[in-house]
Amino acid sequence: MTAATTTANGAPQKISLLRVLGPAHVWALGVGIVLVGEFTGWNFAAGKGGTLGAMIALWVCGLLYTAVAMIDSEVTSTVAAAGGQYAQAKHIVGPLMAFNVALYLVFAYTMLEASDAILVGDTMVQFASDMGVTGLTHHSFIVFTVVFLVWLNYRGILATLNFNFVITALAFLSIVILFLSVQPWSQGAVLKLGEMVTKENALPYGWLGVIAAMQFGIWYYLGIEGTTQAAEEVRSPARSLPLGTMTGMITLLIAATMTWYVCASLLPWQYLGQTVYPLYDAAKATGSWQLQYLLFVGTVLAGVASANGCINDAARAWFSMGRDRYLPAWFAAVHPTYRTPYRALIFLLPVALAFALIADINQAITFSILSGVLHYTFMSINVIMFRNKWPLGTIRRGYVHPFHPIPAYILLLLCIVTFFAIFLGYGTQLIAMVAFYAIVSVWFHFYRYQYVRRGAQFTMPWPKPVGY
Amino acid sequence: MISFPWPAASSPGWFFLDWAMWILSAVFILWMLWDWYSIDSTFSEDVLTSSREGEIEAVSEKHDLRS
Repeated sequence: MTAATTTANGAPQKISLLRVLGPAHVWALGVGIVLVGEFTGWNFAAGKGGTLGAMIALWVCGLLYTAVAMIDSEVTSTVAAAGGQYAQAKHIVGPLMAFNVALYLVFAYTMLEASDAILVGDTMVQFASDMGVTGLTHHSFIVFTVVFLVWLNYRGILATLNFNFVITALAFLSIVILFLSVQPWSQGAVLKLGEMVTKENALPYGWLGVIAAMQFGIWYYLGIEGTTQAAEEVRSPARSLPLGTMTGMITLLIAATMTWYVCASLLPWQYLGQTVYPLYDAAKATGSWQLQYLLFVGTVLAGVASANGCINDAARAWFSMGRDRYLPAWFAAVHPTYRTPYRALIFLLPVALAFALIADINQAITFSILSGVLHYTFMSINVIMFRNKWPLGTIRRGYVHPFHPIPAYILLLLCIVTFFAIFLGYGTQLIAMVAFYAIVSVWFHFYRYQYVRRGAQFTMPWPKPVGY
Repeated sequence: MISFPWPAASSPGWFFLDWAMWILSAVFILWMLWDWYSIDSTFSEDVLTSSREGEIEAVSEKHDLRS
């Protein structure tokens, strides 16, 4: 039996995603995905290039992501559709690029989600171990984190991102409290930056080490571009997306700077470069159980917030591909009550669980970073094409990023440097991944594209591009 | 190891939490599967997949500044 499929006036009933979000939700989505990078991940940059190398990577990657945020804000304020950069690529570059971008998004977010769940599980076990409990495994915590968050996403985006706003704000607050508790204004009282970072160990591997540190330096900010996935569910995309994304970027720059300063002043670079919990360990190093407890809670909340945002974003990218027939249309279903892409959410659940339970966290993180950098490379080319095809004054933009094309060229240059950095550490994975995307591109071009809605996929009511 | 000033370190509490995670995960999965079945058997495929990209922009956003 099926429910009524027409409205009162006889028109076919339509179900779409709900426009219920504001700038605070966009901030919660972007910062929520990323903030976990301050609690784990960035510190491996210290292992590659020393503590000073990690700081240089912090600021250089900050520049890279400021360019990402500015470019993204301009393009997304005109292409307000679920799928974010996928929809941008489809309209500005073409279907094959769009297919690849959507895969970058799905892999980057699903791998990050798996890494987040592993982090939550490992942190719980580590904390229990610190309290003297042995024999506990992380499996139940990993499974519960993923399943609970998929359930929450299934039930509606407003509650999901309200939840994310609260836990992201609490995790950020834990960094601020740690920073203020160690008296950053009085070096020597608790912090010992002068002892930890000396002339001899500041750059242990020289400038090559600094370049290698870029591979993990992007972990400070990886995922801020995820704000665009909510574009179709934001009440005022032209205003909320730039505002939420740029305030999110400012929040992350502040959090990254505080994190580096505290950790570099409390932990030797050799330890900092290999620990999984830099902030938690920094709190331990203060000798305060209150700070240790606080940073345990902060680490878990940051992991949960990140996984939550990743589930939201990966499902919307998958859903968008289904809607254009890039994948079977079955994935394009919207829940009639909760207005969420429920089939995409459920389909990706076992995929994330499999990676979280089988894969090694370093491999999962590397796969996520690789997809992310491929994605940023696309963004630099995309915005140049966007400005050439639709120059300023031809279509309405919610935000215009300044100094074009300088941010695009800076972004492209930094992506090339980061690719080189990844090649130094994970050359085989980089080549394997590029080969994977090449093979699926061939599959899409010669097989799948016959099912795509050729004309109907271009939905934005824009004027014809210049030169066409 | 830092000693915490409350007795929450007891092992049974942690292992109870471990079991609770498994049970709650099973409950959430079963609920989603039930709801999925219920929705798919109530609404037609045409209705469920009726969402189209850019529908709202078509009526709310005026992009062309030249006209």
